[in-house]
This record gives sequence, structure tokens and C-alpha cells, in this order.
Amino acid sequence: MNNRRADVRGHAEGDERFAAVDTHIRKTRHSQDQLIQTLHVAQDIFGHLSHDLMAHVATELRLPPSTVYSVATFYHLFRLDPPGEHQCTVCTGTACFVKGSESIVGKLSAEYGLAPGQTTDDGRLTLRTARCLGSCGLAPVTVLDGRIQAHQTPEGTLEQVGRMLDPHALLPEPADEIAPDDGRRAV
Amino acid sequence: MPDRRGVLELSLDGRRLNAREGQTVLQVAREHGVPIPTLCFLEGLSTWGSCRICMVEVGPQRVLRPACATPVVEDMEIRTESPRLRAHRRMILEMLFAEGNHVCAVCVANEHCELQSAAAQAGMDHVRLEYAAPQRTVDATHDRYVFDPNRCILCTRCVRVCDEVEGAHVWDIAGRGESAHLIADMNVSWGQAGSCTDCGKCVTVCPTGALFVRGTSTGEVRRAPDVVVRLTTARREHQWLPAGEGQ
Ligand code: FES
Repeated sequence: MNNRRADVRGHAEGDERFAAVDTHIRKTRHSQDQLIQTLHVAQDIFGHLSHDLMAHVATELRLPPSTVYSVATFYHLFRLDPPGEHQCTVCTGTACFVKGSESIVGKLSAEYGLAPGQTTDDGRLTLRTARCLGSCGLAPVTVLDGRIQAHQTPEGTLEQVGRMLDPHALLPEPADEIAPDDGRRAV
Repeated sequence: MPDRRGVLELSLDGRRLNAREGQTVLQVAREHGVPIPTLCFLEGLSTWGSCRICMVEVGPQRVLRPACATPVVEDMEIRTESPRLRAHRRMILEMLFAEGNHVCAVCVANEHCELQSAAAQAGMDHVRLEYAAPQRTVDATHDRYVFDPNRCILCTRCVRVCDEVEGAHVWDIAGRGESAHLIADMNVSWGQAGSCTDCGKCVTVCPTGALFVRGTSTGEVRRAPDVVVRLTTARREHQWLPAGEGQ
């Protein structure tokens, strides 16, 4: 434990991002009530909450490490693993579910050996599920690197994810792309 | 004339009796010898109110309330027994049994387990639910103690005694819902948890066989959860109760 604390101090000096977290902690006067907000700030800066980062927050706020870990794992918005280079989110909300989004998730899971929430070993793809994206008229919906894809099929999504991962691939046809706002008008 | 301030009158299973303001339903019931089953509650620790085994019916509407976390009020009408309460307690127990891997015959706490005796008292002879049979690894990395998560019911007594009495706060609950589990420090093995003082208070308050002294064999566990009352009373009032009293 002592060794680990020493490690964290080492990071804090070397990595400017820790300084940015510390600025927030100072601004909130090391208030323990600010734990959730501090974790949000830390995740915004680092992209995810590593054990070192959580240990750093615990030390600075003088909180038990187990409490920080407990809070970080309670809320869905906190990520403990770094997100992959590319993101695929499949909506499993009611409308998309009825339209067969589970089989899209199943297809992708099988192909890439991932459960929802996981990232491939090479760090290239993160598979997520969400409910709901508010584009039910387009069900089933996926989001590939921030782009909403309408009326998906397991094979179609698989192909698109393949193209997203292949650096030489063309982007999906513009016709397939629909901004979330347009979704409300389309039925 | 006696001082009647802070005294209130209520009815407990049809008996009219007096209670003091600030008491909980559970305290009043225990004072009058009325048994109410509890699991997460432990005298001397803060109230958690998560297991819901201590439910009673309150008022003419028979609203369900946890006895350990409900303060008494004037004219309160409390029922501690009814077919509905029996069914409710039994369902909670069945869910607890189905959720972990509780095999009493090979458990260190056999015959000294609060979960087992609550089930026996509730007449729970079988579980109607499908067993979840989770895969959970035993943590035997600590020099003196072992944690078997298969027997953990997430009562958080260990979390609270470590935080409130020992002051170390080694334990906490990570995750939520069915993935909730007990962790030490930043989810490290117990032996690696630098904040642990090896005091063993968590072990002595565990209601099941989840925490035990290394080398304990089947049925050998002996608990002394009254240590919590002794320590907190001594700290607060400088009164040292003899061991074996309190709880
Ligand atoms: S003993 Fe009251 S909720 Fe657990």
C-alpha cells in the first residue's frame, strides 16, 4: 500500500493531467462531498478511471480507497477500462429490442468475442449497449463512432463495423446516415 | 408524579405499552421480548436497513416498515406477525439462499449462522427459486482470516464495524444489483489491503460463514458480535461491560 501511494505521487508529479485533477480538488477545497464530481472531472481528463487515478483521488480527498472504488463502480457513467479506438453502441431500448437489436449484439459479440461493455484485446473496438437513444422510429439503431445508423441488421452492422475498423475502408454511404434530429420525423 | 416527557404509548401485537421517544420499533419489541428476525442490523452499529427481513406492519393500513429503521411514534399500531409477514420473510430468505452458494453441511458456520437460524425459524425447508449458483473465488490471502464470497449476503456489518468501530474502512461494496460484491481497498485481495489492521472485528460480526478465522473447520465458527456494544459503550460512556453481555 505504501509503495502504491509512492507510485501515485510519482505520477502526479510527472503527468500534467494529474495536476488538472488536483486543480479541481483544490477549487472544491478537498471536499469529500465532491467525490462524484471529482471522479467526473478525472474521467473527462483521462478518458477512464484507472486504479492509480482512483487511488490518487482517494489520497487527495483523504477517503478510504474502497469507498472511492465503490462509488466509481456504482454509477454506470464511470468507466474503469480505457475505451477502445472505435466505439459501437447498440440500442437495446424497447423499440430496438422488439426490432431485433439483441441479435445484432449477439452477432457482434460472437464475431469479436466481446460482451457489451468490453473492449477487444487489441484495444480497437468497444462494444456497448444503451437504452434508449431516442430514435425509436429508426429502430433498430446503432451508433458507430458517434454516427447514428438506422434500420440495422446483424449482417449489415457487422459489415459496417468491419469497415470502421479497417483504416482503408470507405465511410458508410451518406444515405445510411441520419442525424438524431431527423429521426423524429422519419417513421 | 413521574416525568412523562418523551414517553409515548403504542400498541404492539395488540398489547398497549410505553416506549421512549427516539426508540426504534425493533428496540421496543426486543425490550418486551417480542422476537423480530434481523440480519443486517447489529446493536452498536449504524442502521443499514437493507435486508428487509425485519419488516413489520404499521397502522390500520398495515404498511410494511423495517423495524430496525423505523422510529416509534405516539399511538403507533405495530404487528410483528401475520401470514403476509411470514410469506415476505420466507421469500427474502429464499432469495438470499438462491443468490449465493450456501451449503450448510460443509460451512464453517454450520449451527452458528444467523442466516441458517433465520431460515429455520421461518420454517424455510426448501427454496422455490432457481439457484443462481454464481462462480465466486474464495480469498485466502490474509495471514489470519479467509473471505468466502459465496456465503456473503451483503449485510455490510463488516463494512460498518471496520469503518465505525475500528476506523480503518477496509471494506466496501462495489458494483450494484446482482453484481454487487464486497471489496477490500481498491478491489485488491485481502492480504494486499494495506489499510487492514488484522483486528478481526469484521470476522466476529459476520452473520454467516463468509468471514472466518483461517483453519476453522466445519461448524467450528464462534462469533462474539456483542464486542461492538462493549467497545462503543466504553468509548462513549467510559463503562466497560463484561464480555458476554450487551447483545
Ligand atoms: S434488520 Fe432491518 S433491514 Fe435488515
